[in-house]
Amino acid sequence: MTIPVTTAPAASRATARTPRPSRGAARGRTIAQRVGYPVASLVVGILAWQGLASYFGPALVSSPATTWSAAVELTRDGTLIESCLVSLRRIGLGWAAGILVGAPLGILMGRVKLVRTLLDPYIEFFRFIPPIAFVTVAIAWFGIGETSKIVLIFYTSVFIVTINTIAGVLGIEESKLRAAASLGASRRQTFVSVVLPATVPTIVTGARLALGNSFLTIVSAEIVAAQSGLGSLIWTSRNFGRIDWIFVGIIALGVLGFLCDRAIRFVASTALRHYGVRV
Amino acid sequence: MTIQSEVPMTATTAVPPARPAPALHLDGVGITFGDFTAVEGVDLDVRNGEFVCLLGPSGCGKSTLLSVMAGFVPPSDGVIEMEGHAIKGPCPELGVVFQSSDALFDWLTVSDNIAFGPRMRGVDKARRAEIVEEHLRLVGLAQHADKRPPQLSGGMRQRVQIARVLANEPEIVLMDEPFGALDAQTRTVMQVELDRIWRQRQSTVVFVTHDIDEAIVLADRVVVMTAGPSAGIKSTYQVDLPRPRDVDSPAFVELRHAIREDITAEVAKSLGLPTAGTTGTPEQEVRA
Repeated sequence: MTIPVTTAPAASRATARTPRPSRGAARGRTIAQRVGYPVASLVVGILAWQGLASYFGPALVSSPATTWSAAVELTRDGTLIESCLVSLRRIGLGWAAGILVGAPLGILMGRVKLVRTLLDPYIEFFRFIPPIAFVTVAIAWFGIGETSKIVLIFYTSVFIVTINTIAGVLGIEESKLRAAASLGASRRQTFVSVVLPATVPTIVTGARLALGNSFLTIVSAEIVAAQSGLGSLIWTSRNFGRIDWIFVGIIALGVLGFLCDRAIRFVASTALRHYGVRV
Repeated sequence: MTIQSEVPMTATTAVPPARPAPALHLDGVGITFGDFTAVEGVDLDVRNGEFVCLLGPSGCGKSTLLSVMAGFVPPSDGVIEMEGHAIKGPCPELGVVFQSSDALFDWLTVSDNIAFGPRMRGVDKARRAEIVEEHLRLVGLAQHADKRPPQLSGGMRQRVQIARVLANEPEIVLMDEPFGALDAQTRTVMQVELDRIWRQRQSTVVFVTHDIDEAIVLADRVVVMTAGPSAGIKSTYQVDLPRPRDVDSPAFVELRHAIREDITAEVAKSLGLPTAGTTGTPEQEVRA
């Protein structure tokens, strides 16, 4: 067989030459994908929105232009910024509290079978009750001030962080724990040096899911009894019949959620990269 | 050429009483899980500085036996002692190299993985750096000190495991099929490397494998186990070939043949096949 022998070097030369242009093309594609595609997608989305607005009329759908001027109006008088900051503060505090309680609780439940057995029914009970069911009692118990909203955000965050953390702790490879023990680590050292770092990825996953829940919850919390916040903005706009303001509130919620998730992903992919966090 | 083989079972009870306490002493060790008897009646003495391979068909309980030696699982029966003291649980004197590199700490660099044991034992930072340096060089990973395990190849990850265990200066190194997940070429390279490291360190090693060549390349003594359940020691082979060993030498080939016959009979038995095809019977004494 001489043919393969003579063609092989030519083929390998050809493949050796190709990578350079193909890498360049790949880089070009990634720039297009990273910037061009999202922008194109956004433009198409806005056009579709404009189409819907023209079809249904301003009483049902606020057009992009109207929404933009409403946003400018609400920004000028400070309502939009203030609503965003107030909602963000409530979300931030409740969500952080949810992680600060949920992560240690999950680790404890993951490590100690007795605690898991005792608390598991409660976790599985409460996680099916949506926070909106508690809005009225939360206001009755914690007043119409900030506390009731923060408690509701905490409530919507804590279980999902706990459940993810438990899964993370239970998912730690037995060989890692055995290795730590046979390298001379005490129980406390194993906990600090192996269990905690090995659980970081699932805590981050729990935190991201909890953030989504927090945004879902903030509107119901602020709609019922609040003078401020994006939920309140949306609800008050209804009373003024200002559908364009409602659109501004809705879009602000989406943008804030998007930015918060990007922030988590940024932290996870830089500071927490070594813990194997995949985002 | 002096390959001796010993009669099964009697070999361990007739160990020369020259040394005060063997590095590792197993007496009538049995392991049961509920109704299932995995290992039964294992007597084994491992001398200081000896390299012993536990060889047997998969599922014969050799890894289970190793996890008992490591202190991860208490024996259901019998006695296990290290230098005359009962093994009560995992401890730094018993280093363990696992089959899976999942045992490495992925969030730590290669250096920090190696430094883990000394750090847990409170060795100061300067001394730790020396230990890391020495062991990086020992396993040939000096170039990769700051990488993390997920960035390394399978062979490199197992080197990290070996370095991490040796850095802790254990009395005994227990290795559970450490090269079992590697491709054949890498495995051969790692065997040569381990042989070199062992000759440099002269540690006491118990090495579990189902690979006959691997056992003969590495071991001073090959302990062949019977097929489970109720696995035990079938026979032992003293390997006195000069190191590094040539897998194509007549003595090596002869020993390989003898051990293969021994194991094939066990595998056949565990599969419920007639053992007529093999020349050896389980109790036969093999002399090479």
